[in-house]
Amino acid sequence: MQPSAVEAVYRREAGRVLATLIRLLGDFELAEDARQEAFAAALEQWPAGGLPENPRAWLVNVGRNKAVDHLRRQKRLLNGDSHFESLAAEAQDPDETDFGDDRLRLIFTCCHPALNLEAQVALTLRSVCGLSTEAVARAFLTGAETMAQRLVRAQRKIRDAGIPYEVPEAPFLDERMGGVLAVIYLVFTEGYAATSGERMISAELCREAIHLCRLLDALLPGRADVQGLLALMLLHDARSGARVTPAGDIVLLEDQDSSLWDKAEIAEGLKLVETALRAPGRVSPYAVQAAIAALHVQAPQRDAKDWPQIAALYEVLLHLQPSPVVELNRAVAVSMVDGPEKALPLVDALAARGEFKDYHLLHVVRADLLKRLGRQDEAREAYCAALAAARLEPEKRLLEKRLADLG
Amino acid sequence: MQYMLLIYQNEMDASTQDKATMAKVYQEYQALNEDLKKRGQFISNHGLKPHTTATTLKVRDGKTVTTDGPFAETREQLGGYYVVEAKDLDEAIGIAERIPSARWGTVEIRPVWG
Repeated sequence: MQPSAVEAVYRREAGRVLATLIRLLGDFELAEDARQEAFAAALEQWPAGGLPENPRAWLVNVGRNKAVDHLRRQKRLLNGDSHFESLAAEAQDPDETDFGDDRLRLIFTCCHPALNLEAQVALTLRSVCGLSTEAVARAFLTGAETMAQRLVRAQRKIRDAGIPYEVPEAPFLDERMGGVLAVIYLVFTEGYAATSGERMISAELCREAIHLCRLLDALLPGRADVQGLLALMLLHDARSGARVTPAGDIVLLEDQDSSLWDKAEIAEGLKLVETALRAPGRVSPYAVQAAIAALHVQAPQRDAKDWPQIAALYEVLLHLQPSPVVELNRAVAVSMVDGPEKALPLVDALAARGEFKDYHLLHVVRADLLKRLGRQDEAREAYCAALAAARLEPEKRLLEKRLADLG
Repeated sequence: MQYMLLIYQNEMDASTQDKATMAKVYQEYQALNEDLKKRGQFISNHGLKPHTTATTLKVRDGKTVTTDGPFAETREQLGGYYVVEAKDLDEAIGIAERIPSARWGTVEIRPVWG
């Protein structure tokens, strides 16, 4: 057995093993150390002795025993700490059915609103997804050392502030779920369009976000907000292969080669949108966004799209979840239904509010509208403003091309 | 675990409330205290006189220096506290959100050592 096979098990089981260790040990940091030691032991023993029959149970048991040894060395057991006494005596075969629930608890702990948002995202990636500290640090464009400190600080807050390791009860569940989904979507969008730098898509983060959302959907089935977000991410992710050329240039939706799209992801996404939209109660903003993404996917050509429906969905979204980004998107849809002359005042009003002036897409949309209205000079000016605000190299190249096309 | 719930509010806002509102708030506090006692979660609770009555003290090189007023001037002032027993942070949050002053002021939740 190759060490790479141990790594494959790590990728698959790290989150579950940690989740169960936290439940058994009642301490995040201790569990994290125990997981590390368990996998170190696996790297030592498995290549020679072969893969155990139930690797997950093996890892949990080894991890727990290491932690008990560690505590014993610290003499905490000798002092009669009953929790750890019972821990040492516990049966050696953790119940298989507990794993799912453990991971659900872990997600809610990592996304607890008492932690700052950045810590929530980092902890989720590290603990639930099992990404290495280095990988998490890369996602945050920071050093591994800094990230390690941040993670430890967050874990200590969990312990010291008494953040529960529990799925919240009914009255809090919706609110907390909102926080969890926001973290998952942030992981996805960070992966889908890294905020700066050369690379457009970090596939690993997108995959982790979809994986987490699937897990939530499996463990808490039938929730429209979870299904809506999963659909939204699938419909975006399905197009990731066609979004960027091999040279790293952006391909706009209407120019994408739809044979490169992931058909299975699209089919799954479309089905989930239907279910999520039909669910009783308040419509989930994620489901509305997914419905818009579905319309784009079903008719990629600019002229073939159902723009009135897209505009209407943005109207709904604006009502559910007002934001400048939604307003801007709605303006684009309005321009396709009622013409650029109706959309431009909307964008100008948004620009006049000032809160949004460093967002390059605002200038891009304005430039496109001005171009369609034949106001070349103003369009050029707006493209230049967009270029100045853009952070990603591929976006800059796209804007330079448009500027050149303008003549 | 024990948590201290520190209640911050703008004293000016509080002092300009009419009598009926004040009485209602007082009753709400009484009801909360009774309920916490019934559940065995009440450890202690006090309201504090305005920050203008505060004295700040420090001992440096064996010398005591006292000054008038609180340590730092802020928009909201410490106006009272609870110490409660709660099984975890979520339970403490559940108590904190029932504190009447949370509706206009701010409650800081701090775990207590030990």
